[in-house]
Amino acid sequence: MAEVRLLQGNEAVVEGALIGGLTFFAGYPITPSTEVAEGLARRLPKVGGKFIQMEDEIASMAAIIGASCAGAKTMTATSGPGFSLMQENLGYAYIAEVPCVVVNVQRGGPSTGLPTKVSQADTMQARWGTHGDYVAIAVAPQSVEETIRLTVRAMNLAEDYRTPVILLLDEVLGHMREKVVMPDPGAIKIIDRVKPTVPANWYKPFEITPSFKSPMAAFGEGYRFHVTGLTHNEEGFPISDPKRTFDKLNKLHNKIMRYVDEICEIETDGMADAHVAVVAYGSVARAAKQAVMMARHRRMKVGQVRPITIWPTNEKKYHEIFGSKSLEVIIVAELNQGQYVTEIERVAPKHVKVVSLARFDSELITPDQILEKIKEVR
Amino acid sequence: MLQKSDVVHQYLRPKKAFPNVWCPGCGIGIVMGCLVRAIDTLQLNRDDVCLVSGIGCSSRMPAYLDFNTLHTTHGRALAFATGVKLAKPHMKVIVITGDGDALAIGGNHFIHSARRNIDITTIVINNMIYGMTGGQFSPTTPADSYATTSPYGNKENNFDIPKLAMGAGATYVARGTVYHVNQLDELIEQAIAKRGFSVVEAFSNCHTYYGRLNRAGDAVKMIEDMKKNVIPLKAAAKLPPEKLEGKMLTGVFLDLEKPEYCDRYQELIDSLKGK
Repeated sequence: MAEVRLLQGNEAVVEGALIGGLTFFAGYPITPSTEVAEGLARRLPKVGGKFIQMEDEIASMAAIIGASCAGAKTMTATSGPGFSLMQENLGYAYIAEVPCVVVNVQRGGPSTGLPTKVSQADTMQARWGTHGDYVAIAVAPQSVEETIRLTVRAMNLAEDYRTPVILLLDEVLGHMREKVVMPDPGAIKIIDRVKPTVPANWYKPFEITPSFKSPMAAFGEGYRFHVTGLTHNEEGFPISDPKRTFDKLNKLHNKIMRYVDEICEIETDGMADAHVAVVAYGSVARAAKQAVMMARHRRMKVGQVRPITIWPTNEKKYHEIFGSKSLEVIIVAELNQGQYVTEIERVAPKHVKVVSLARFDSELITPDQILEKIKEVR
Repeated sequence: MLQKSDVVHQYLRPKKAFPNVWCPGCGIGIVMGCLVRAIDTLQLNRDDVCLVSGIGCSSRMPAYLDFNTLHTTHGRALAFATGVKLAKPHMKVIVITGDGDALAIGGNHFIHSARRNIDITTIVINNMIYGMTGGQFSPTTPADSYATTSPYGNKENNFDIPKLAMGAGATYVARGTVYHVNQLDELIEQAIAKRGFSVVEAFSNCHTYYGRLNRAGDAVKMIEDMKKNVIPLKAAAKLPPEKLEGKMLTGVFLDLEKPEYCDRYQELIDSLKGK
């Protein structure tokens, strides 16, 4: 029989990380993410992995990149202000194509903001936080149990696409305790990065292959390659000519966007004949589910859309989901002043009205609030 | 027998990474030679060597050398290196950094790496100025010296790198100059061989900026002045304080045995096995 446990979201990240094969964690304590670091400090050395508490978040992000280059599966966990500090080195990981997972248990902001209160206000920071041009992958679970699955998935996506992946939780999810049916060992697929098979002197660590993905060697295993944050050629050495600059940045874009159907998980419910759609992710998605149920009991045609992968956006898929003739209004419910609503406006059909249900007073959006909004727009 | 220059050539990436970015006469190339000879003398397997650097003139060095090489963000080389070292503790991890990179933006990582006593060798190439960004003052620019951001003379005090490293907990601390090449070869060799956090300050010349802005002369003049201004630590011990004024002390400041961080972590892992 499957093991059943009572876990909080941050503890679920720890469980997921160990299932996913994490071997290295570097972090700096920050509320409300600290239980991730505390859990891994206890558990990692028992399985031969390494935990290190660095001097700050900048160093934490740097250390996981270094460890990943040396072959480790790596993660750090933080919250808003720490996530801001990580952005420079996060950009390094994007351009140098280094797999790693960054957990952001969101709190209220800007700045120190509300350390123990819920928010989804880092939604745009997860997409556009670092400088330059790149594609971010971010996933947002809605329950503790799903946090385990999505932690593993974030690690798998990082390894598969050689890129950082953001696991975006919120304070409520991080601290809430729920019943969890633990996954059977071996039931979740684990993806490891593809290693090169060519002789060391043929190896091009940033080769632009037809699939745009390239194998990644580890330091210390015979492939002596160069890694830099400077724009580089396929061998990893700095370049500045327009042609190869284009090729490099084009690779960063295509290695993700070409696989958007595989990467993007979107859950829908009752959208076939819906007049109103409620879009929500993370903790808010649960209130949305309840609100949609309440609305249906009142014979209102309402459907739910839950982005699980919140970045990148699968435009084609959204065109399908929102394409039915019956759909008139989309409500985007989120714990910020309206960040994701701009993205949904971008992919919604012209004839559909998109409205924002934004709450940013540090409390969760309730099902009643969403129901009220449904009644208002209907 | 191989000439010194031949040893260096064996470790370069001539087809991939050259020409280099350094000004003619720059001392960083001399330090690169010293590093390579130290590695060669120690007969390290080059697959087991990882060179990590931050940003700046000196931080371009790893790209030119055929090892595992990681050129990172400004000031963060030691933090990246910590990840490499913990993930692959058998590797010799060597950080190449400049005075601004290591001690201004990277000052926090420098003191904490020393405090942890992680087995990383840090070579701080000190030319007392920011070269790559065009001659701004750094944490080692002497008071009253001129830089593009201290046009009326520097009003800040400068770090003494060996004292800082010793205070923070390093286990091997030394200083050499690019004039005293044979000594610098040895200091770097000893630092790499040391199990623990080791620091070598390699005093170098930036005639392009420091020299020009402070009328210190060209590369040859600046390097010759190192000979005049240096007193070895052992000789200094016998001299009265007034004879040491304005002089630079070189040699081994500290060399002691202390438990190393990766070793201690491995002991923890071993002690938890089967529990």
